[in-house]
Amino acid sequence: MLIQNGIPTAEDILSVTPPKERFAKGAVAIAECFQKIPCNPCTKACVKKAIRVEPDINETPRIDFDVCNGCGACIARCPGLAIFVVDKTYSDTEALVKLPFEFLPVPKEGQLACGLSRSGEELGWFPVVKAVSGGKKNMTWTVTLAVPKELAMEVRNIKAGGYQDGR
Amino acid sequence: MIREAEILVIGGGPAGLCAAAAAASLGARVLVCERDYVPGGQLVKQTHKFFGSEKQYAGDRGIHIGRLLVENALADPNIEILTEATVLGIYEDGIVTVLHDNRHIKIRPQKTIVTTGASEKFLAFPGNDLPGIYGAGAVQTLMNVAGVRPAERVLMVGAGNIGLIVSYQLMQAGVEVAGVIEAAPKIGGYLVHASKIRRAGVPIRTGYTVKEAHGNGKLEGVTICKLDDNWQQIPGTEEEIACDTLCLAVGLTPLTELCWQAGCEMAFIRELSGHVPLVDENLETTVSGIYAAGDVSGIEEASSAMVEGRLAGFAAAESLGYEAERARELKAAAAAELSELRSGPAGARILAGLTKASGLLASKKGGQAVC
Repeated sequence: MLIQNGIPTAEDILSVTPPKERFAKGAVAIAECFQKIPCNPCTKACVKKAIRVEPDINETPRIDFDVCNGCGACIARCPGLAIFVVDKTYSDTEALVKLPFEFLPVPKEGQLACGLSRSGEELGWFPVVKAVSGGKKNMTWTVTLAVPKELAMEVRNIKAGGYQDGR
Repeated sequence: MIREAEILVIGGGPAGLCAAAAAASLGARVLVCERDYVPGGQLVKQTHKFFGSEKQYAGDRGIHIGRLLVENALADPNIEILTEATVLGIYEDGIVTVLHDNRHIKIRPQKTIVTTGASEKFLAFPGNDLPGIYGAGAVQTLMNVAGVRPAERVLMVGAGNIGLIVSYQLMQAGVEVAGVIEAAPKIGGYLVHASKIRRAGVPIRTGYTVKEAHGNGKLEGVTICKLDDNWQQIPGTEEEIACDTLCLAVGLTPLTELCWQAGCEMAFIRELSGHVPLVDENLETTVSGIYAAGDVSGIEEASSAMVEGRLAGFAAAESLGYEAERARELKAAAAAELSELRSGPAGARILAGLTKASGLLASKKGGQAVC
């Protein structure tokens, strides 16, 4: 259970997962934020105002999946590194997972990185499609991996270091 | 020679710097005494992003918030910061003595705001004096301030925010974290911090404690074991964990020596993590003119410490006659921010502690009235 080992349960994840029809339309943000803590920078991060923390700052975020276009601006802004973007329309077999990353070295575009599950289990080596710095002040990187579709809701981290070159 | 000060702030951490800025903004002249060689308190090593709202710089990293608060204070003509200035005592005649630059100096403040923060708790177990056993704060200072890699392989004790955050930062520094153990049946820190280290492969085990540490001249390993529902060690559940460093993040306790010495009415309040000075809505203690803000009056997040500092700063300036009307508005705004931060489940414990404390204060005041 999340409160005992830090791993969200399948039910936890289901409660924040966009519906199938929304996934079919393209990239969408998912906030894996399950605890009521006083925090709301995600609401300011979203230019489309798709993320709401209401009625007060202690609520967990709600993402309006119809408004969210999956731009990923919220990923690096979440202090808890709890927001991810999934795009299941990337190709017939692969989905994109955009995740926050704060370890050095940062994998480079074109390299292969080892993807990890929510429990830190190695899920395989996946191409890095993009790695974008959050800038000098924010300092969190947003890394995009192309993963097999069935792992789109499983890959949530990258094993730091030991990246491989090419596909 | 006695140095005069309108407002003396003891401690240049998040609460102290915000108290100074608030009082100075209303026109008061403030002297900050910081015992470290740089101001900023614990912010100087907080490389993670803060929670809260924009008003408490949420989303910014602690180090950046610290830098901003220090830069603002240094640029403010109403604020003077003395570093390497350890306050030694607050005396009956109002004189505060300080060790600064190897000299003993005396200050006569009209108002004093105590923002001394907290210290780390320790844990009793055989072998706990072996080199390699640290408080998590020390390890964080070594890595993030001194730039020293403090260990090869660490076991973290405590899954509160400090234990979880320092574990993450150790990994960022290239240190292997063998695991986080926590005596309580639940993770005490924010679960997003827990998930962050868990998905990097670090096991978090609740209901475990350190049985003993061992090593020849320095730490080489730790025996951990399971706890039952009554927090008793369960024989036969021992496990060996090889590590060169054991990090203790088992809670903080308010640093209240100066409040005791000044004669502030104190109370032990579990929810506030120790003995704390009883304060009123202005954060003024029972000694007139002495205020307390931040962790010294109850262990809480740095976001709340900053807002408490601001509240105390406005109140102290107001009591000196600076901009009474504006001070009242600003105090009310700060109080509203505090209630917002504390209104959710994460703030329930603090609120319960503060309610106890204000009840005690009211009964003391009632008692005095009868006498």
